[in-house]
Amino acid sequence: MSRKHNRWLLPVSLFMALLLGLLPLPAGVQPFRPFWLALVVAYWVIEDPDRVGLGFAFVMGLIADLAFGGLLGEQALRLVIMAFILQRFRSQLRFFPIAQQALAIGGLLLNDRVVSAAIHFALGLPQLPWTYWLAPLIGMLLWAPLYLVMDALRFGRRA
Amino acid sequence: MSSYASSPAPRPGEVTGTLRLLAYLALSCALLVSDHQGGWLSQFRQQASIAMQPLWWLAGLPSRVGASMRNDAATRTRMAADNRRLRNELLVLNAGQARLRVEAVENARLRALLGAVEQGSLDVQLAPILNVDQDPTRQRLLLDAGSRNGVRVGQSVIDAGGLLGQVIAVTPMTATVLLVTDLEHAVPVIIARNGVRLVVYGSGRPDHLSLRNVPLSADVEVGDVLVTSGLGGRFPPGFPVGTITGLEPDDSRAFLVGDLRPAAQLDRGRDVLLLRDVVVPVTTADLEAAAAEREAAALAQDEADAAAGIGTGEAAGAGAGAGAGGDGDAPAEVEPDAGSAPVPASGTPAAQEPQR
Repeated sequence: MSRKHNRWLLPVSLFMALLLGLLPLPAGVQPFRPFWLALVVAYWVIEDPDRVGLGFAFVMGLIADLAFGGLLGEQALRLVIMAFILQRFRSQLRFFPIAQQALAIGGLLLNDRVVSAAIHFALGLPQLPWTYWLAPLIGMLLWAPLYLVMDALRFGRRA
Repeated sequence: MSSYASSPAPRPGEVTGTLRLLAYLALSCALLVSDHQGGWLSQFRQQASIAMQPLWWLAGLPSRVGASMRNDAATRTRMAADNRRLRNELLVLNAGQARLRVEAVENARLRALLGAVEQGSLDVQLAPILNVDQDPTRQRLLLDAGSRNGVRVGQSVIDAGGLLGQVIAVTPMTATVLLVTDLEHAVPVIIARNGVRLVVYGSGRPDHLSLRNVPLSADVEVGDVLVTSGLGGRFPPGFPVGTITGLEPDDSRAFLVGDLRPAAQLDRGRDVLLLRDVVVPVTTADLEAAAAEREAAALAQDEADAAAGIGTGEAAGAGAGAGAGGDGDAPAEVEPDAGSAPVPASGTPAAQEPQR
């Protein structure tokens, strides 16, 4: 029953994540924009490993790079690393209480920042301001609502 | 959490997973480096960015909608404010216009009175100015009223301020006015303060009149107001001519020359008044109450001269303008007043024959 329902949710959720990533924000709020795509990809890696794996994360990362106009491959790299770690710990994460899951996701997002900073460093690109390091915190706080909303959408109104 | 070492003993699935990870990592690193260095990837990115246009458009939609809504709201507020303000202005302007309409009616009535009705003793005719002589050496006006309207040569022309000039030529439809400021013009005047007789000459400039050959002993001061004396019969007495703004000795050091500001507004207005009666001494004096009374007081000091002057003026009012000239000359020349000899001698003929 739920299989029928969630066909459209995967592309739509990823599309929404891309849009949220592109949404123009005031300059002051810009650094706190969470990495929506990472959150959504993380959800799908945990919940639907048959369809979403490293390759999917890589392709989504490339699309995001094209859409955001960043260096081609940067987000692909970040998402692939995150997806790989998630795959490794998927069995544990699935049964964590949601608060603990959020903490884990927060750690992953922080790791993602480190990877991003490492890429910038390796290529000799200017580093982002320190305020961008607060974005993982926001992403962590958003994990629980995102998870609940996605679950609710996936399984219909079967509260 | 992100420590890979905590994973349990490697299984075959995990090995392939790690290999795939390495492959993807290598791929993205290659992409990164090649994109960073530019080259063929930038071409590809250009193409891809075209495909991404709709996404960007969609992402920009909320802010665009928000901006346009804010704009609309602001426009609406401003228009409402404008509307309110304009309504108020309309009310105020309507009220003002109603008042103006009343005043226009009243104005028309007054003009009718002024132009048509015999208004007591000051019999004047309103005449519009048709043209102003542009020649700087000549100070003349052309009036849109001629002999058909009853204008005659020799009529005095006044405005609200005072004496403007006199009519020197008349055609059936127009009349030429020689202004007091014309170089060829002279007016016999008295000082309103004490009745000292002088002659005011035109200076050729529209905002200046001049006094010449004023005796050093004469009681003349800066600030004195000069009014027509009525001597010579050409101009009725009592009309302001000008105010003395400067006095200084002339080259010979025997006389003073003076500078006057005309009382009439020579360079303003569209209409002038023509005095119908060439000389109406008594009644005009009544009308020009303040000045005339001072003049009368001054005249009382030397009754003989004053009586002679007014008398001849009255006679001239009844008779023709040309005859009045002779009447005015005679008493002026016999004045025992200080320095009077040069004044009427040079002034009166100029006043008499301005048409030269």
